[in-house]
Amino acid sequence: MSIWIDSILQGILLGAIYALFAAGLSLVFGVMRLVNVAHGDFIVLAAFLALWLQKLFGFSTPFWTLLLLVPLMFVLGYVLQRAVINPALTENVLRPLLITFGLSIIVQNGLLQIFSADAQKLQGGSLEVVSFALPGGLALGAFPLLMLAISVAILGGLQSLMFHTRLGRALRATSDDIKTASLMGVRTPHLFSIASGLALATVAVAGVFSGIRASFIPTNGPDWLIFAFEAVIIGGLGSLWGTLAGGIILGVAQSIGAHFSPGWQLLTGHLVFLALLMLRPRGLFPRRTE
Amino acid sequence: MSLLEVSHLNAFYGDMQALFDIDIAASHGEVIALIGANGAGKSTLIGSIAGTVGSKTGIITFDGEPIARLRPWDVVARGIAVVPEGRRLFPSLTVEENLLMGAYARHKEALPLKEIYAIFPQLERKRKNLSTALSGGEQHMVAIGRALISNPRLLMCDELSLGLAPVIVQDIYTILQRIRSLGLTMLIVEQNVSRALAFADRAYCLQEGRISLEGRTSEITHEQVSNAYFGLKAGA
Repeated sequence: MSIWIDSILQGILLGAIYALFAAGLSLVFGVMRLVNVAHGDFIVLAAFLALWLQKLFGFSTPFWTLLLLVPLMFVLGYVLQRAVINPALTENVLRPLLITFGLSIIVQNGLLQIFSADAQKLQGGSLEVVSFALPGGLALGAFPLLMLAISVAILGGLQSLMFHTRLGRALRATSDDIKTASLMGVRTPHLFSIASGLALATVAVAGVFSGIRASFIPTNGPDWLIFAFEAVIIGGLGSLWGTLAGGIILGVAQSIGAHFSPGWQLLTGHLVFLALLMLRPRGLFPRRTE
Repeated sequence: MSLLEVSHLNAFYGDMQALFDIDIAASHGEVIALIGANGAGKSTLIGSIAGTVGSKTGIITFDGEPIARLRPWDVVARGIAVVPEGRRLFPSLTVEENLLMGAYARHKEALPLKEIYAIFPQLERKRKNLSTALSGGEQHMVAIGRALISNPRLLMCDELSLGLAPVIVQDIYTILQRIRSLGLTMLIVEQNVSRALAFADRAYCLQEGRISLEGRTSEITHEQVSNAYFGLKAGA
């Protein structure tokens, strides 16, 4: 019995990182109906940048790099959207998709060139080994718990931003009807760029946490994109709490699969995703109006 | 001097020219009706002024300043508000959020919500509802309220009575009459010619992208309108 509870608990914690991966993807998709194929690669980029920044400034823990990395990734997101993706946002949905696909190739190969294909890891220090004992011989790691808390905080923060601020109202209005939003005075190119900036700011956090959790190589991006994408789809496109739920469902499915056989971990996750897609094609928490 | 002046305006959708050498003007406090058959270019003219039709030549001035090159968000910031054709409310926003969007560009000049609710009392009761949950007439009120809240100097209404029951249209025009008495300049596109002529001070009739008739509504005859509307030569 307790072994099942353990699988589920570990799955929830695993799901937290998937939800964190997915937060930015969900935001961008919700606002501009754009799938950023390079999303996973930006997470890897953030992890490598954290590694580099930590060495450069001699930070004792990679968490300090977030002070620089979050604003840096925000600016990168803003500039990329404004200069590269906005001009391609037309009726043709293929164009921005191809551009982000190109960005994915550029980021992967750039990282291979600079950092080589060797696996790297960020050192989280003592936090990585501390754990809390629960009754029944269960244990929860301090680091995964912190990750869960951060994940909930980021998705909750984005949710409040979307539903309780002037900026969020404008983002939702633009998502509904870009032309009418511009008639109301919304500078839509600027707003899209803010959304992309926020997405990459969450990616900075995702990169640091995933880099502490496990080792990473420049070509991890596409796998992480798949997990993020599945979390977004399971939760329902454009719903941020849904994305959290989606990430956790995916994490629990993988964890239970791994319990049967390690080789089944990813397969079980994908199968649960497919099953949910068949039962609830629009996800668990689709947008209210559609 | 006129508040709005459009001169030698040509507008294009790709290779197709939709407006040819349009000249219109609206003085302070004047109500102008744009009439004409479907596809005559009325909505294109509204879009050209509002900045959503980007491909155009000619001069548009508002309060003496050129605005033809401005993007839509800069046009609304100067005090030109639009009630778009088909209302175009934001479906995932509540009634109140829709209204607040109207104030987005002009938070300094914008009216408080309670002034909009004073004009449309039933909207206050439904302010937390999604805009899609309202009746057609109420949705029109939201669309008008959303334009009014920016406290515009020029209000442009595109096809207000489209798809509404005659009783509701009457209500809407009663409200417009009150708004007009505040001295607001208006440009209204209206399919119903007699209503347009009854409401406006002056009218322009568009036909295939050109102005086929203009004048004071008190002086325009129905025969002139039907000629201008359907392209019959006068006296033919």
